[in-house]
Amino acid sequence: MTELANPNYLAALPEMFLAAAAAVLLMIGVFVGNRSTTALTLLSALAMAAAFIMVLVAPDERATAFGGLFVTDTFSTFMKCLVLIGASVTLIMGLGYVKREGMARFEFPVLILFASVGMLMMISANDLIALYIGLELQSLSLYILAAFRRDAVRSSEAGLKYFVLGALSSGFLLYGCSMVYGFTGATNFEAIAAAVASGGEAGAAGPIGILIGLVFIAVALAFKISAVPFHMWTPDVYEGAPTPVTAFFAAAPKIAAMALLLRVFLGPFQELVEQWEQIILFVSIASMALGALAAIGQTNIKRLMAYSSIGHVGYALVGLAAGTPEGVRGVIIYLTIYMVMSLGAFSCILAMRQKGQMVEQISDLAGLSKTNPLMAFSFAVFMFSMAGIPPLAGFFGKLYVFLAAIDAGLYGLAIVGVLTSVVGAFYYIRIVKLMYFDEPAAPLDRPIGVELSVVLAGTGIVTVLFFAYPTPVLIGAQAAAASLFP
Amino acid sequence: MTAPSSLLLEYLPILIFLGIAVAVAGLAVGGSIFVAPQKPDPKKNAAFECGFDAFEDSRGRFDVRFYLVAILFIIFDLEVAYLFPWAISFSGIGLYGFWSMMVFLGILTIGFVYEWKKGALEWE
Repeated sequence: MTELANPNYLAALPEMFLAAAAAVLLMIGVFVGNRSTTALTLLSALAMAAAFIMVLVAPDERATAFGGLFVTDTFSTFMKCLVLIGASVTLIMGLGYVKREGMARFEFPVLILFASVGMLMMISANDLIALYIGLELQSLSLYILAAFRRDAVRSSEAGLKYFVLGALSSGFLLYGCSMVYGFTGATNFEAIAAAVASGGEAGAAGPIGILIGLVFIAVALAFKISAVPFHMWTPDVYEGAPTPVTAFFAAAPKIAAMALLLRVFLGPFQELVEQWEQIILFVSIASMALGALAAIGQTNIKRLMAYSSIGHVGYALVGLAAGTPEGVRGVIIYLTIYMVMSLGAFSCILAMRQKGQMVEQISDLAGLSKTNPLMAFSFAVFMFSMAGIPPLAGFFGKLYVFLAAIDAGLYGLAIVGVLTSVVGAFYYIRIVKLMYFDEPAAPLDRPIGVELSVVLAGTGIVTVLFFAYPTPVLIGAQAAAASLFP
Repeated sequence: MTAPSSLLLEYLPILIFLGIAVAVAGLAVGGSIFVAPQKPDPKKNAAFECGFDAFEDSRGRFDVRFYLVAILFIIFDLEVAYLFPWAISFSGIGLYGFWSMMVFLGILTIGFVYEWKKGALEWE
């Protein structure tokens, strides 16, 4: 009862604010109608900016709220900032598309807000129940967003596929949670950690039962971050969903799910590191390999980005496989850079229009350097960066995870990582070749719009100049990683 | 008395309740079979209340509005399921418990206003 008497609301202020803002905006939207979409989009971005400030000014030391369901620490602060930046930027980026393509319904920004609340809850979850609630709030919003163009068959298909497979993975998650609860007698992460350390409640049978639960939870989370072999939904959903939604998928939920994965594996299951390390090793190698090989044959740029994101998840997991604070720091740096790169790449994809029609084929980019040199240059920067070519930001992301893997003695993993990034470089650089050396197809429309230009310039500058001033990200990631290792 | 049987004894009222429920239900069904006159005709045998034949091809088309109404109903059904344990333990959970439920009801109300304004409750 004492826990209930002091819920410590302040720790969860950004989430409560965002949830209230989403509810208010929903009411405004439903009373004013679809003509309020633009205003609601801007207000949603403002609400996220306000939540961002609340996250930043919150005290840095670890605090729990709602009787241990919820935790804030340096790690959650850093990841929440990333998610809020990713979500608000994609919201603004997509505004032009949403208005042009006739999906300007006021639910769009509101759903992104609700998804963001869910993601923030996932990052701060300190209990299996809180984890599930956050994950479901995020997932349910994402299912609807994927199918947001109801009149388009592909979009409906993407939403339905995502929903069916997502529901399956939620089932896995719940089954795993129930196993863990059954064998440890707790849903709170600290209590689970204590029970795991003491071998579980049921004596000899305990660890095996906990292990099975851990495997099921790992399956569900691997599904959410689209790691091989649970990646099947990604290409179809990325291709079918409206492009702003795809950009959102690539930027925000992936980071939140990775944060959740880090917290679950390094929190309650830290003692079982030898067990889950094998899973992460396999998933990481498989994701890197599939991301590199399967992307080669793609002709659709969104599908290509889906395979590319599968590969990037594999690289990020290299750091987790190391299981050290350096490794986690590498993961956090990788995610930060990945978010910036994918925001940039998707702002280019959102600008791919011919005579007012959106185009998605890679071949539509041919000769872009002659028709729109600036856009071609920035797209080339993102492609080089994703391939990991120094001195661009993507190189440093890979550098830190591979360094951590080598420090932890995972030489094989690091070698596979380097090899697959060489293979992956092929398809990234092929796009650059297409833009610079091939004859122009039909030119893309110009101008691309103010908000896209701003995002393109901002992410491009960060990608190019990261090497000159990486300190803030490095220090932030260092502190965030340290807070996961008490 | 050993621990498990005292635990089971606590559930005796539920067993009695189940027994009475089966007896009452059996009485009603059995009574209508044996006592009431049986004069079936097509109208009487037609599907009742839900609008569908009970046994037909599962791939048949149906009006999605039935399911919309059912889903909207389930939300409030679950709300009541939450309200019962809340009301029973009300003396123990204090103001925190009270306001938690108020927030929950507030969120549901927002959802209800949304579905109402969107016209989900209108049949035509």
